[in-house]
Amino acid sequence: MAERPHLLDRRLLFVTGKGGVGKTSIAAALGVLAAGEGKRTLLCEVDAKGHLAEMVGAPALRFEPTEVHPGLWAMAMDTEESLKEYLRLQLKVPILSRIGPLARTFDFVATAAPGVKEILTVGKLAYEVRERNYDLVVVDASATGHVVGQLASPVAMSELVKVGIVRQQTEWMLDLLTDPATTGVVVVATPEEMPVSETLELIERLDAETDIDVAAVVANRVLPELFGRSEEEVFDRLDAPDGRAHLVSATGPAAETVLDAARLAVDLRRSRAVHLSRLRRSLPEGLPLVYVPYLFTRSHGMRTTRQVAERLGEELL
Amino acid sequence: MARARGRSGATVEQLAAAKDILVSCGSGGVGKTTTAAAMAAEAAATLGGKVLVVTVDPARRLANALGLEQFGNTETPVPRQAFLDAGVEPAGELWAAMLDTKQSWDDLIRMHAPDAATRDAILANPLYQNITGKFIQSHDYVAMERLYELHTSGRYDLIVVDTPPTRNAVDFLDAPDRMADFFSSRLLRWLIAPYRSRVVSMASKPFYSVADRILGTQFLQDIAEFFILFQSMYDGFVERAQAVRRLIESPVTSFVVVSTLEAAPAHEAEYFMRLLEDRRLPIGALVLNKVLPESLLDRDAAAVAKRLVGEADPLATSLAASLDGVGDPAEVARVLREVGRSFADYQVVAKREAEQRTELSRAPDLVATVPYFSEDIADLAGLLRLGDAIWR
Repeated sequence: MAERPHLLDRRLLFVTGKGGVGKTSIAAALGVLAAGEGKRTLLCEVDAKGHLAEMVGAPALRFEPTEVHPGLWAMAMDTEESLKEYLRLQLKVPILSRIGPLARTFDFVATAAPGVKEILTVGKLAYEVRERNYDLVVVDASATGHVVGQLASPVAMSELVKVGIVRQQTEWMLDLLTDPATTGVVVVATPEEMPVSETLELIERLDAETDIDVAAVVANRVLPELFGRSEEEVFDRLDAPDGRAHLVSATGPAAETVLDAARLAVDLRRSRAVHLSRLRRSLPEGLPLVYVPYLFTRSHGMRTTRQVAERLGEELL
Repeated sequence: MARARGRSGATVEQLAAAKDILVSCGSGGVGKTTTAAAMAAEAAATLGGKVLVVTVDPARRLANALGLEQFGNTETPVPRQAFLDAGVEPAGELWAAMLDTKQSWDDLIRMHAPDAATRDAILANPLYQNITGKFIQSHDYVAMERLYELHTSGRYDLIVVDTPPTRNAVDFLDAPDRMADFFSSRLLRWLIAPYRSRVVSMASKPFYSVADRILGTQFLQDIAEFFILFQSMYDGFVERAQAVRRLIESPVTSFVVVSTLEAAPAHEAEYFMRLLEDRRLPIGALVLNKVLPESLLDRDAAAVAKRLVGEADPLATSLAASLDGVGDPAEVARVLREVGRSFADYQVVAKREAEQRTELSRAPDLVATVPYFSEDIADLAGLLRLGDAIWR
């Protein structure tokens, strides 16, 4: 296999993962990191939940990209706006007033015929890449359950629609999406059972059902290792009844609570380490696995995003 | 440990005893499916009767935890032995089913189709597969429809339903209405009119010419054929959709909102509870999963943790002298510092969780707090342990 292109040298990154693993945070951090490297970067939130705006410390995002930090633009996907733009650019449909009811009708068709909404999403993003409006487009994509449908929509479309403009459009989109130097998927997982399982299943499905390259896996919220092996023996000794008694007599009864908390931290780390090593072992060879530590201080906001970006930078740059 | 007692003194156990249907909902990753399974297992163990858990999660893990090889669209009994192995003599029976969207849709078509020809034509339509397989809202609709079917069958005393991982936590609530709107829509009739009558009105001509250029005639015809066929089932669908909605709104149904105390899921839970309130749907309980112990907020403990970091060396020296086999004082000091630091780290998270909890202003009277279990739930014993924590 040819050498995998570097993550930030690609032009279009889809960030996905099981719900709740922090994919929005990772997408935002990748955007901040790339912009910091001098790349004109566009961040796009696909599921309009508004979390991305929070992550980059911006007010509510719109379809029209806004520059939220120097070199970093952010937008929220809106399929109806995407359709309007498409009609304006591709079909030169002149009278805007006609587009109102047309878009509503189209939205209706889109709801009925799956793939239309997905292709309006993927199409808009691919268009920004093709036109070279940005050096890098980072997409906070759908969760693992839906992302394959989203990414495979040009293929599904080209199977359903045999002629017409949509058919022609799917061809250049596919060229762009299936080129590993251009497009990559970043899968985010936390070291827990279900997120790891879903990550491995997703990688298999992307391989089987699409020709889109998986660029990297991010293990997010990795808990710190408290002790090395010999230190753990010391801790076990301190945590034994006589050890506890000694510590209580030296520092007070609340020492019990502190030891309980340390035991919880050790147990949590240990149970997660099992899933982390399963993830590491099961990934296809050569696929980069990037670690981002659990941040105890904050879980969202621009400050967190910068910290995550820094950690990603240490591993990626 | 768990404190589920609300202001009214009620518990989740009482809720499960009083209702026919518990709907478990919340955003992804909060333990929604596991919570649903745990509530069902605990109800079967302690309340008796026939309890069914309907999940949308195809994970084998849950099947294995229930002592089953796998389970599918038809309900499967959980062997009594699985309870006995977990050290519990069950008062009732536990059944499990997984929602298979495609299968359920096929069943619906068979039920509503006016004749065999229409049925076969729909099942063979190229768009049908796509719509039932990938169309997310169709998943929501069929989940609600299946719930209705199971409830009216009268086979179960309690049905616990896990909701689909929708983009929006409330999509499934609107699914029956949306399905009814969809079939009665003027737009739909307008769209398929030319394929029925071959006479296109002047008003709609521009649309068809643009649509033709974009999508091609064949595709539009496939869509039209699908909906013309589907319209023959209109009355049946709308009637069912309305019955499903009445069931969801009736007092036999109660919603259990599941969340963690992390910012994003908690915001989503709050938003969801507001929507339930707006729809006058009863929120039975809020289950807070993976909550860190309250002792992390203890001031005395924080002071001790600080001392462990600041005075690690003298403390280590005295411990090394008095505690047999504890090891090298330098290493003991490192461990003490790490123990102290770790406490401070987790305390920050616990404080954030406490703040998040006060912000959950819309929380119902009944809030069940479930501690962070450090080990994974891999068997029925684990589910029952979780269920027990939710119960109290």
